Amino acid sequence: MADATTNPTNTGLTTADGKPLKAALAHAQARSRRRAFLLVLPLLLFIVITFIVPIGQMLKRSVYNDGFTVQKNLTTGEKTPIMVNLANWFDENPAGTEPDETAFVALVEDLKTLKETRAAGQAGTRINYELPGSRSLFTQGARKAKKLQPPFKEALIELNPKWGDPKLWQVMRSASSNLTGTFFLAAMDRTRNADGDIMSVDEDHQIYLKLFGRTFMLSVLITVLTLILAYPIAHLLATLPLRYSNLLMIFVLLPFWTSLLVRTTSWMILLQSQGVLNDAMVAMGLIGNDNRIQMMYNKIGTVVAMTHILLPFMVLPLYSVMRPINPSYVRAARSLGATSWTAFRRIYFPQTVPGIAAGALLVFILAVGYYITPALVGGSDGTLISNLIAFHMQKSLNWSMAAALASLLLGGILILYWLYDRLVGIDNLKLG
Amino acid sequence: MALPSYASRAERIWHYTYLVICVLIFLFLIAPILIVIPLSFNAEPYFTFTEKMLSLDPTGYSTRWYDLLLTFGMNAPDATRDSSWWADAWENAAWIRATKNSLIIGFFATVLATGLGTLAALGLSKPDMPWRRPIMAILISPMIVPIIITATGLFFFYSYIRIGSWGIPYLGIILAHATLGIPFVIITVTATLSGFDHSLTRAAANLGANPRTTFFRVIMPLILPGVISGALFAFVTSFDEVVVVLFVGALDEQTIPRQMWNGIREQISPAILSVATILVIISILLLATVELLRRRGEKLRGISPQ
Repeated sequence: MADATTNPTNTGLTTADGKPLKAALAHAQARSRRRAFLLVLPLLLFIVITFIVPIGQMLKRSVYNDGFTVQKNLTTGEKTPIMVNLANWFDENPAGTEPDETAFVALVEDLKTLKETRAAGQAGTRINYELPGSRSLFTQGARKAKKLQPPFKEALIELNPKWGDPKLWQVMRSASSNLTGTFFLAAMDRTRNADGDIMSVDEDHQIYLKLFGRTFMLSVLITVLTLILAYPIAHLLATLPLRYSNLLMIFVLLPFWTSLLVRTTSWMILLQSQGVLNDAMVAMGLIGNDNRIQMMYNKIGTVVAMTHILLPFMVLPLYSVMRPINPSYVRAARSLGATSWTAFRRIYFPQTVPGIAAGALLVFILAVGYYITPALVGGSDGTLISNLIAFHMQKSLNWSMAAALASLLLGGILILYWLYDRLVGIDNLKLG
Repeated sequence: MALPSYASRAERIWHYTYLVICVLIFLFLIAPILIVIPLSFNAEPYFTFTEKMLSLDPTGYSTRWYDLLLTFGMNAPDATRDSSWWADAWENAAWIRATKNSLIIGFFATVLATGLGTLAALGLSKPDMPWRRPIMAILISPMIVPIIITATGLFFFYSYIRIGSWGIPYLGIILAHATLGIPFVIITVTATLSGFDHSLTRAAANLGANPRTTFFRVIMPLILPGVISGALFAFVTSFDEVVVVLFVGALDEQTIPRQMWNGIREQISPAILSVATILVIISILLLATVELLRRRGEKLRGISPQ
């Protein structure tokens, strides 16, 4: 033993079976690391397959759309390429080339194929995303393509003058390659002109940036409102003896456990123009029966209902930060002559800032992506970006557009999530 | 939170104002949830208190909406209520079918989420877990990523792998709901494990128990309350989830939230309020269970409220 301590490098410590202690320790640690990792592995695989892969696939769809190049038979799953001739012409001629007769010959050939494969609607829809009104152009063109006589340029333009539109040719060129940034451009209210330069769309067609802005503003407003409402009650809960605060905590946790749809329904009932709140105000004579306040299907409905729904997510982190604050600090400040306001401002409040950051980030992250409540009480001007994604998924069926919007939203959320992990740590997420 | 005896007059006034503000905020939190309960007994098809209700006239109240809930979708709702009527209700009533679907989906999603989640939480709370932080971030992310994005991704993914043709009913929804419930299981179980005294496992080993005996006889009983709360969270998440069901559910895969969603979107009737009331009562029971479990867990681990 004395040898080992005085001259450790030469002899080295060994375990009972003669291995060097260092190697044995490393071996044991590696084994325990492996064991811990193996416990997590099944879940990690599960999440990757059911969550990460689907989202990755969706992200891909935002820059990948083969609506103008491949026709897929829905029953057999067989894929046939379409618009081949036109794609070849685009390959041979650089962007900005005036479409000549060879281009139109290729186009007419492709229109005939569209008729045979019944893909005219699909190809037209793909162009329609960028140039509204083009779907009928393609269905009509495919129907009549067989009867057209050369020269095809004049014949097609005579059939519909839109075929000569340079913008249409620019869109067809970009659609003939599967990879496209068009949907991201459109999601940021940008478009390409006939020469392929990026520019903003007309003022009255700018909907996406406006909606991103509104989502951001409403989320900030909701976060501030939840903070204002949560701070006093979290403080009360933190300063009461545990026996009472556990009881009062039920008021915070019950909404947390109640179905989201139930809470949204309750707000619909309260806020309706024939609802409880308006009736109460009429009965008290605060407002006349004829001018009931419209509180639902607009921003007010979204803000009020979401503030209520997200309030517990603010109260819980605040409470967990406030509870361990030692009350004697404030008392010490008071005894040193601070007024109660100064003691609060200089002593108590700074200690609660971590809780405020945690709660505010969490509420903001949840608010930005909210869907259900705005969809039910938001009407037209109280909806958020999620609702537009749902619209593109279910109504306009412009799935690439939905994917592009979702990617932008996801990017923003992930930055906030990273920030949350940095500042608060995911381990500190608490649920009651 | 008693007022100190040296408080000035202004402080006293502020103190009571503060208490009033707090009461109002608690009211804001709880009133919207409780308001649906009396309104669901409304005899009229309105969403507000009628004069008869306000004057506590019994004729202003009725259980007609609960009755509608039961009979809606039945073949012969007006037949005499004998055993065949109840059989009809059990088979065909829309809300009963939705309840059955919700329970089946919720059960399997909870089992999946709790099993995988508890295992992973055990691994995550080991001191030498590699890449702990990034893995934790990935496992919690289903809670953070907006539900519409998850639903959109799953919609594409499920149609790509043609999950509908695999012949397992509800499979897509169950997998999705398990994913959504996992963060809650991870959070509650790791929280329980963080207060876990590891000298107990060493003591067990010292007394001759092998790792398996230690796990089942020492660790499991101690973390069980946390696991059950996690499972309840996962179940509630699935029981309340509507967006994924709307996106990936087949037409006949109606669940309670989906049925509610349709009811609210199309024509909202007070029957929705009776569903809401039942759900509120369920959530009160769940909350009570979780609270009891939490206390039990604290007692087991020797942490008791002062």
